[in-house]
Amino acid sequence: MAYDYAPFPYTAPPGLAAPEPRHPVAIVGAGPIGLAMAIDLAQHGIASVVLDDNNVVSVGSRAICWAKRTLEIFDRLGVADRMMQKGVTWKIGRQFHGRDEVFAFDLLPEDGHRFPAFINLQQYYVEEYLVDRARAFPDLIDLRFLNKVTAHEDHNDHARLTVETPDGPYTLEADYLIACDGAGSPTRTRMGLDFTGQTFQEQFLIADIEMADSPFGDHATPERWFWFDPPFHPGKSALLHMQPDNIYRIDLQLDVDADGRAEATEEKVLPRIRAIVGDKPFRLDWMSVYKFRCIKLDRFVHGRVIFVGDSAHVVSPFGARGGNGGIQDIDNLGWKLAAVLQGQAPAALIESYHEERSFGSAENILNSARATNFMTPKTPVEALFRAEVLRLAHDHPFARRLLNSGRLSQPCSLAGMALQTPPEDPAPMTPGRAVADAPLTGPEGDTWLVRVLPAGFVLLGVGAVALPAIDGLARVGIAQTGDHPCFDDPGGFARARYGDGWAYLIRPDGHVCAAFRAPTEAAVRRALSRTRGNDLPEATA
Amino acid sequence: MTTASHDNLSPHQDDFYDALMAAHTGLSETQSHALNARLVLLMANEIGDLAKLTALMRMARDYDDV
Ligand SMILES: Cc1cc2nc3c(=O)[nH]c(=O)nc-3n(C[C@H](O)[C@H](O)[C@H](O)COP(=O)(O)OP(=O)(O)OC[C@H]3O[C@@H](n4cnc5c(N)ncnc54)[C@H](O)[C@@H]3O)c2cc1C
Repeated sequence: MAYDYAPFPYTAPPGLAAPEPRHPVAIVGAGPIGLAMAIDLAQHGIASVVLDDNNVVSVGSRAICWAKRTLEIFDRLGVADRMMQKGVTWKIGRQFHGRDEVFAFDLLPEDGHRFPAFINLQQYYVEEYLVDRARAFPDLIDLRFLNKVTAHEDHNDHARLTVETPDGPYTLEADYLIACDGAGSPTRTRMGLDFTGQTFQEQFLIADIEMADSPFGDHATPERWFWFDPPFHPGKSALLHMQPDNIYRIDLQLDVDADGRAEATEEKVLPRIRAIVGDKPFRLDWMSVYKFRCIKLDRFVHGRVIFVGDSAHVVSPFGARGGNGGIQDIDNLGWKLAAVLQGQAPAALIESYHEERSFGSAENILNSARATNFMTPKTPVEALFRAEVLRLAHDHPFARRLLNSGRLSQPCSLAGMALQTPPEDPAPMTPGRAVADAPLTGPEGDTWLVRVLPAGFVLLGVGAVALPAIDGLARVGIAQTGDHPCFDDPGGFARARYGDGWAYLIRPDGHVCAAFRAPTEAAVRRALSRTRGNDLPEATA
Repeated sequence: MTTASHDNLSPHQDDFYDALMAAHTGLSETQSHALNARLVLLMANEIGDLAKLTALMRMARDYDDV
């Protein structure tokens, strides 16, 4: 059944009648990233107004692959259970050359994790769930649909926005403007910021079809299938994914000089799909023809304007790094902005969002650009190497690993960056990494490490290590006892992943920022102060 | 078919492939062909072992009947 795009209601904003009090945060754009940003800030106690020019969720499924790390973040935001219930879980990717399978990869070969490697779920569902969740914070999240931001000015200690509504324009002020207005970001354009990078000439047809029979044939477990030079689409590549509601995503590479508009017609698309699914009946749910770009802004923070999600960086979709990268952005920025607005950290902490996420986005761009390059050889010699890699891949393991149909989104490590304290001994969990999950048992039965970490900073102790009590810092113990909440590690997963006898300081976004063998109160306080940005260059304490 | 037994490239296989493509950027087909020849000779010198080299040549040549 086709998704029901019920429009969100518009109500005339107060600013039309009288000036509104200054908002702490104005978020431009209610896509997945803007909505998640508002929820994260609300959970930190920060109010925001979210302005969107539209009044429906994403038209078309767009982002469908949500990675494990994203699900852990969505769990913190309170939407992961619904996503898991609806989504299609998968972890195996198969790559074919012609008719033959040449290489399969397993994205989560080990046990002991609450969330799977990936689920597939249409972006419209994700946005619907996020809107529902945002409505659970009526005092902190002010969602305004059909509110189009047409101008903004940075006044050094605040930003002033002009907003168009069906009832006319109004203005509002905010301490910070967060631009979550997507790949075509009008905020970015208005500021004249350079956004140039690699544009791929190849076009890709993306189609969602609904069918009762599976195009995967008898294959029961959902997987990601990718073809180089498939019999049904010779000389090009093809990708197949399963989504909920019996909907399948088909992604076909087109010729460089294909006429995009003509390709996005039923007349052209239906025969291409029939070549894959044969004479099984199907319904075409959505289609679009894309050219992909890999670009990021040089700087994500410009005074009182902060770029988050696709407005800051775009990637080709091979690797599912667009939406997943954006969710890591909000995870990184939320606690920092909250700490600055609440007077607990210097404004310089916001710069560290740029340091950490610009790095993460460069990593995403590198990986998705390489995959797209591999898929679309540009010169005869590139085509020659690609062809021979594919032939060798049938026989040689090393060549199989050279096949690149997308290196799928992984949590970014922030090791070595300014907020992290380098450990004295090499720690099993290097500071900078996102927490690794583990199955635990507690007073209320079986649970997961990612679920028992309270909001805010946490000092985590695993095995034989004593945790100093520090005012305002939560403590959690695993495989130890103490006057703080403690959990058992029945399968030994936590000790294997964190080491026995290690303590870790964990940031509110779930990244480890310090590791200790024998944490003293002074050492933990020093690490905490560093991670709150007090050692950053412009920080005035 | 004999198989190259080790995968010595991963986990840096993508860096390698990228560097290889970059080495060819801007060259004509003839120039690329010459670059490949020089590369084979340089890599052969690195490997050095004649038995290994002839085995590799056979392995590569085996594909030519396709
Ligand atoms: C075909 C395709 C497949 C993809 N697959 C994946 C995948 O599998 N996994 C993945 O992680 N990512 C994927 N992506 C990427 C993903 O869709 C994007 O990264 C994601 O949508 C970015 O979210 P965003 O909120 O930053 O921007 P958007 O979703 O573009 O939202 C921007 C919002 O801002 C609003 N807006 C714009 N201008 C204004 C204005 N002036 N005033 C007010 N509001 C405004 C828009 O209406 C929109 O609601 C895919 C993308 C495509 C196109």
